[in-house]
Amino acid sequence: MEKMIEIKDLEKSFAGKENTVEALKGINLTIMKGDIFGIIGMSGAGKSTLVRCLNFLERPTKGTVVIEGRDLSTLNDAELRGLRQEVAMIFQHFNLLMQRNVIDNICFPLEIAGMKKKDAREKAKQLLQTVGLEEKAKAYPTQLSGGQKQRVAIARALATQPKILLCDEATSALDPQTTKSILKLLQEINREYGITIVIITHEMKVVEEICSHVAIIDDGNLAEAGTVEDVFTRPQSQAAKKLFYQSEHKFSIMEGKRCIRIVFQENSSFEPVIANMVLECKAPVNILLADTSDIGGIAHGQMILQLPEDELIANRMIAFLQGRKLIVEELKDYVG
Amino acid sequence: MWDSTTIMMLIEGVGATLYMTVTSTLMAYIFGLPLGIILVLTRKDGLRPNAVVNKVLDFIVNILRSVPFLILLITVIPLTIAIVGRSYGSTATIVPLTIAAAPFIARMVESSLLEVDPGVIEAAQSMGASTWTIVWKVLIAEAKNSLIVGSTIAIGTILGYSAMAGVVGGGGLGDIAIRYGYYRYQTDIMLVTVILLVVLVQILQMIGMRISKKTDKRIV
Repeated sequence: MEKMIEIKDLEKSFAGKENTVEALKGINLTIMKGDIFGIIGMSGAGKSTLVRCLNFLERPTKGTVVIEGRDLSTLNDAELRGLRQEVAMIFQHFNLLMQRNVIDNICFPLEIAGMKKKDAREKAKQLLQTVGLEEKAKAYPTQLSGGQKQRVAIARALATQPKILLCDEATSALDPQTTKSILKLLQEINREYGITIVIITHEMKVVEEICSHVAIIDDGNLAEAGTVEDVFTRPQSQAAKKLFYQSEHKFSIMEGKRCIRIVFQENSSFEPVIANMVLECKAPVNILLADTSDIGGIAHGQMILQLPEDELIANRMIAFLQGRKLIVEELKDYVG
Repeated sequence: MWDSTTIMMLIEGVGATLYMTVTSTLMAYIFGLPLGIILVLTRKDGLRPNAVVNKVLDFIVNILRSVPFLILLITVIPLTIAIVGRSYGSTATIVPLTIAAAPFIARMVESSLLEVDPGVIEAAQSMGASTWTIVWKVLIAEAKNSLIVGSTIAIGTILGYSAMAGVVGGGGLGDIAIRYGYYRYQTDIMLVTVILLVVLVQILQMIGMRISKKTDKRIV
């Protein structure tokens, strides 16, 4: 696997009137070619700044960004503009030109790249087909729905045949169903053209749905990074855990009691594990949360259990679950 | 009063007023448009931040805008003579009109361009667009309708200024109004010139607004 993007000791601060705000405090991250890499974090964590450092819309204060071996800080203005044609970007609010129709919007990056008008139109028509909007070629952005606008934006981003597609909260302004269809389109693009995709989001669902890798950004720091599967099943950082149980406030009543999180993987769904555990240990448990997620095409279930106060029984239960090859994790620090 | 010489004079007056207004507006845009663009680009959050250029231009624009037109008209007479060769008549009036209107237009252009969604500018930057491309294909193209509305307001204001030039023999309807209405107490001729001025402003206003609306793609 080739390295596509290498971020080293990246720092970015913004000088305010009274104090400087440190948006990024030393990020190290490597993104491989062909990855769909999710960067997730609460709002204000610095993820939007991070993605803007990848095409130098924001110049880092310190550290380097290397794309396919080219250190961006060494490029002059013209070289940087050339590089940006290889690193396309889509946005939360689509950012289409309102005075141009769909086809002319898609032609815009080709005009910038200096392509002949006729060739550009031909290319734009093909791209409209890719995103499934052939019949809207002559429509203006105000006549389109949010999902359609994002499709146009994607077609526009693909026009210059980029190697990387940066998505800045690209689905955050869309309803769940439209979000799904846009994510599916991004996945197809990744598979078909081999474009490396970097997705900035605050929604865990987006990462679960299509990402192969994920990095968690918390208060300007990289809290955790790895494959989605690893991070989801064995979250190490506080920030990761927080993101997985975004509804944590529901459990505040459980303060002081012992809770565990169990992760079920593909082959563990045959045995009625919890029921058997209760029968064997002869003590009830309280199920606080249970849901399933589809990660990379494999169903993963997670459950949060409140164990009996009796230490002995609780320990036996944990041992029982571990004996069933489930991932069991105590949530002592989590409750409240 | 409705003899043929008076009517001819009024028709010529309308012609001279339109000539001054349209020529001055065009001239003022030649200076005001780039000035407005530079004001936007050199802002702190602009594409080419430059505090010195921005402050200096801002200062010049404010100074020129605060000088009353009548005073400016008299002050620039030496310059007018240098450029046109004389200080009276329609063509001579174009010089002070242009100087007065350019900073006004620069402000109009500035505010129109600032209305453009910063997200769209960022998108163009992310595609590798140069500043020049962004100015033409994003800023001006996206602000087109606002710019047209601005030019409609500008042309109305310049028409008003052109009438003031009548005080120093500037030609046009304002000149007629002052000579006949003010110096000779011929109220009827003054009234007719005022009505003609009102009608001209209305027509120009209507044309501008109509063009702006027709070409705006944001209206479904």
